[in-house]
Amino acid sequence: MRAKDVLGRRGEELAAGYLESLGMRVVDRNWRCPEGEIDIVALDGDALVIAEVKTRRSLAYGHPFEAVGADKLARLHRLASAWCRDHELRMPLRRVDVIAVLDDGVGAPAVEHLKGVG
Amino acid sequence: MALGRTYSVALVGLNGYIVEVEADIGQTLPAFVILGLPDASLNEAKERIRSAAQNSGIPLSRRKITANLIPASLPKRGSGFDLAIAMAVLLAADDIRPTGRTAFIAELGLDGRLRPVRGILPAVMAAVRAGYPEVVVARANVAEAELVPGAQVRGYATLARLAFDCGADPQDLALDFEPEPDDADGPGRDTGPALVPDMCDVSGQAAARHALEVAAAGAHHLLLTGPPGAGKTMLAERLPGLLPDLGDIEAMEVTAIHSLCSLPSGSVQLLRRPPYENPHHTATAVAIIGGGSGLPRPGAASRAHRGVLFLDEAPEYDRGVLDALRQPLESGELVIHRSAGSAAYPARFQLVLAANPCPCGKATGKGVDCICTPTMRRRYQARMSGPLLDRVDIQLEVERVSLAGFGQPAPEEGTASIAERVRAARGRQLDRLLPFGMETNAQVPGRLLRGALRLDAPTTRILDYALERGVLTARGYDRVLRLQRTPY
Repeated sequence: MRAKDVLGRRGEELAAGYLESLGMRVVDRNWRCPEGEIDIVALDGDALVIAEVKTRRSLAYGHPFEAVGADKLARLHRLASAWCRDHELRMPLRRVDVIAVLDDGVGAPAVEHLKGVG
Repeated sequence: MALGRTYSVALVGLNGYIVEVEADIGQTLPAFVILGLPDASLNEAKERIRSAAQNSGIPLSRRKITANLIPASLPKRGSGFDLAIAMAVLLAADDIRPTGRTAFIAELGLDGRLRPVRGILPAVMAAVRAGYPEVVVARANVAEAELVPGAQVRGYATLARLAFDCGADPQDLALDFEPEPDDADGPGRDTGPALVPDMCDVSGQAAARHALEVAAAGAHHLLLTGPPGAGKTMLAERLPGLLPDLGDIEAMEVTAIHSLCSLPSGSVQLLRRPPYENPHHTATAVAIIGGGSGLPRPGAASRAHRGVLFLDEAPEYDRGVLDALRQPLESGELVIHRSAGSAAYPARFQLVLAANPCPCGKATGKGVDCICTPTMRRRYQARMSGPLLDRVDIQLEVERVSLAGFGQPAPEEGTASIAERVRAARGRQLDRLLPFGMETNAQVPGRLLRGALRLDAPTTRILDYALERGVLTARGYDRVLRLQRTPY
């Protein structure tokens, strides 16, 4: 495993723990289909939450949130539908969350969370 | 606070409007949106502001930033809003203290320096008038902004310094960054003492010298016809030197127009000398009148406001260009309409036209050398339309200089002593015309010439006769009366 994948893995781990600490239930991780991958699928009460996790060591290449563009958002929404189809579920309440993890490897990683974007 | 509020000024022509800048930081993915009809250069402000803030040590929020420029329906353009938007965003992020009723007018450089903008004088005038006397401008704009009576001007070199004064945390600020003053100044207008050509250079030409003096005294428009090399251009260039200094209000108007046209450089003062504009004869109507896409900009006619507009080779201009001057000659103002709105610029200039008598230029005196046919000559003269020439009080034929006048370098009278006489004549006119709300003889309408300022019948007998015989038109009659009022 390459260093960046280790970092991403650790970020997702952290994000899943963070969502559970908010009272959500993580139901799926790293779900893949031909269209792409969902990092975390969680349930927040009745709502289905598709969470994209972005992890960075520093802000030198921009904030993690800045890496989520319009294309990426649109794909996340399509992936949400695909996940529901695949699991034969009807989830009228759906949203996409983005979680930024800043982990410089020294102090405790910083987690930022944007709900219901796009 | 997720909402920041600052003020700036939008210029429409020479009129400024206070613009309220609101900035909001929303909890969603990073973006930067500017609302309120920004043009392309204002939309680029996003990137300038982001980089400037970053390099000043106070990076903008990594969330969705929405800046709203109120009133939203007024089209806004240019880079002068950069600072106001940046301050509003920093305020929304609680990085600085509220700035109250301070107007911010400056462009931001990527390194966080404040850059000067055009039109600072009319903008600050508008701010003071609207009750926002505190203004923050770039250091290179301070001198110009301080020309406005009542303005409390603060100049800054960098965004970091300004943010520090507004209570930003000094720990991260790039306070030791000090741009070179020259860098911030940029290219600009030269306000140093320009070399004014002197009347003593003009040899001979007694009639033309006299006409120029009368034109200067009464602010009469002037047409000089004559062969090439007779000295028409030389004479016209010397007219501004004869005109008296501008008064306070006039100087403010002139400086405001020139402030719109160029960036300041060095020490900026009120322009006290009448401006001089001599566009090339290939100039378009837009270049002379003003215009351009979006909001119209001033043209040569407005830049010559309270000064001299010299059109050399007048028949070579497009007829439309010459006729477009009829409106400002009449009203002293140009109102230009474009898609983004209309703008009014003052344009009360003294028009000096120079023309050759015919295409070959030799139809002077007996015209024996002229190779043009009568039709060619007539057509050439007709390019300056009757209605335009009707407004030109003095129409003078400039003779070729004779050897007698040219040979011995007899000392001719210099600009200084003529200007002194002109000044005295202006004073007498003002005494006579102020009760009627006018300043110079050229402004006096025919109604008044034939009414309150009427001459006695024996004096005008020869004129009355000419009018009766149809030698003079009614307008020509008034013109003679008007010119007669500027005596020597």
